[in-house]
Amino acid sequence: MREQILSIIEKNSRIDIKELAVILGIEEIDVANELKALEEEGVICGYHTMIDWEKTSIEKVTALIEVRITPQRGQGYDNIAERIYKYPEVNSVYLISGGYDLLVTLEGKSLKAVSSFVSDKLSTLDGVLSTATHFILKKYKDHGTILTKKYEDTREKVTP
Amino acid sequence: MRNPLSDKITTIKPSGIRKFFDIVNEMEDAISLGVGEPDFDTPWHIRDEGIYSLEKGRTFYTSNAGLKELRTEIVRYIQRTQGVSYDPMKEVLVTVGGSEAIDLALRAMVNPGDEVLIPQPSYVSYEPCAILADAVPVIIELKEENEFRLTARELQDAITDKTKILVLPFPNNPTGAIMEKRDLEEIAEVVKEKDLFVISDEIYAELTYKEKHVSIASLPGMKERTILINGFSKAYAMTGWRLGYACAPAVIMEQMIKIHQFAIMCAPTTSQYAAVEALKNGDDDVAQMRESYNQRRRYLMHAFQEMGLKCFEPYGAFYVFPCIKEFGMTSEEFAERLLREEKVAVVPGTAFGDCGEGFLRISYAYSLDNLKIAMEKIGHFISRLREEKK
Repeated sequence: MREQILSIIEKNSRIDIKELAVILGIEEIDVANELKALEEEGVICGYHTMIDWEKTSIEKVTALIEVRITPQRGQGYDNIAERIYKYPEVNSVYLISGGYDLLVTLEGKSLKAVSSFVSDKLSTLDGVLSTATHFILKKYKDHGTILTKKYEDTREKVTP
Repeated sequence: MRNPLSDKITTIKPSGIRKFFDIVNEMEDAISLGVGEPDFDTPWHIRDEGIYSLEKGRTFYTSNAGLKELRTEIVRYIQRTQGVSYDPMKEVLVTVGGSEAIDLALRAMVNPGDEVLIPQPSYVSYEPCAILADAVPVIIELKEENEFRLTARELQDAITDKTKILVLPFPNNPTGAIMEKRDLEEIAEVVKEKDLFVISDEIYAELTYKEKHVSIASLPGMKERTILINGFSKAYAMTGWRLGYACAPAVIMEQMIKIHQFAIMCAPTTSQYAAVEALKNGDDDVAQMRESYNQRRRYLMHAFQEMGLKCFEPYGAFYVFPCIKEFGMTSEEFAERLLREEKVAVVPGTAFGDCGEGFLRISYAYSLDNLKIAMEKIGHFISRLREEKK
């Protein structure tokens, strides 16, 4: 049940408990209890909305920043990661295997805002060896949802 | 000028669905619940294999029976799902959709005058194919009180000295009915006792929501009497690829291949390469689609319950078959008014046999959002009908 609930609300967090109960064939109270448990355990960390900012008149710039750092004795990467994720403009921070250590995604109002964050704040942190900033030009697909095309039903309308 | 037509073909009525299709097509903004194919795209890795086969220049005929690699995968699939072993070299044929296999099986097996038992409501092609093969179709009318399953009693009552074949269309289009193992065991007893053969159309085998589908071919003594038909359309959302298959005893298969060889040559090569990938790596896709269908099925059953619309719970395919007898209209009248007044298209049960009268086929090969809008409209419509009756 857990996996099914999660896979549904991962795609549609607005679905109500009653409907979840109907489509999964379980009692409402059980769905409610499970959701509560998932929230308490921190499995469900929040309910967000996917927005294609491109389609609004609001300017936003998203950047992926590769960060190479020197791990600290006893702390590993955690301390520096924390110093980075505390900035509200930072969207996500991942520890990555391979050529660099942290992948930071960042949302800013403009290229300038992002660049100054990187040069003034990020690259000057103790332990940060280098950064490489990539700006996102276009989002084709995000969170499993294709943003560039709308679903179109091209089937014949009635078939045996 | 002489009559250019064969008498036989002119006696066959065009598919009942056709007429309805024309009305729906005039309406721009109708919401259709009338489609008999999945709403999912073919999973990308399967399409990718098709594309790759074209890039590599695999654009030639395959052997008549189909790619050996595909036949081997089919045999493995039947083995792991049904525990039945077929010889890929002699007992498997890749066809142009399951429907070609139905046609071939009938043509390979009947002599003029042989009776073919066809349970209805069921898919539209069995009866005309039987007629084209010079057989006499004998309809068994399935009953709602049996959840549209075929009972041994009904079968026995329909058998005569001329009966040769039973068509077994489960999981069923249009009713969504299934036959479970114990149901099949009773049927198999009669089949063996009366020395019949079974054409088992299992195209919806992967789409069951209770127990896993059981093929009648897996029952003792039945493999040698069964032509097992399946395909890729419904399980892997591959309707447009036109690919199905039949598994049958070599003595029957040999003749089926002969007809296929002369009439078709071979099934589309691109589709066959894609199908190998589907069987090798498609299980997760099937499971995901099945889960989505099941969620929609539960939603529809709940919606009907709230409307007070009578409907037995179907456990297969992607159709529900609600009963509309309380409104005192024919299925066709109901469907036509629903379309004109609420712009929702469903298929009258009569498109699948006379005994579909009083029922509608509603497909849930649509997104939940789509189904919600449609159910709201159907709800309005039937409360209006109930008002009128007062």
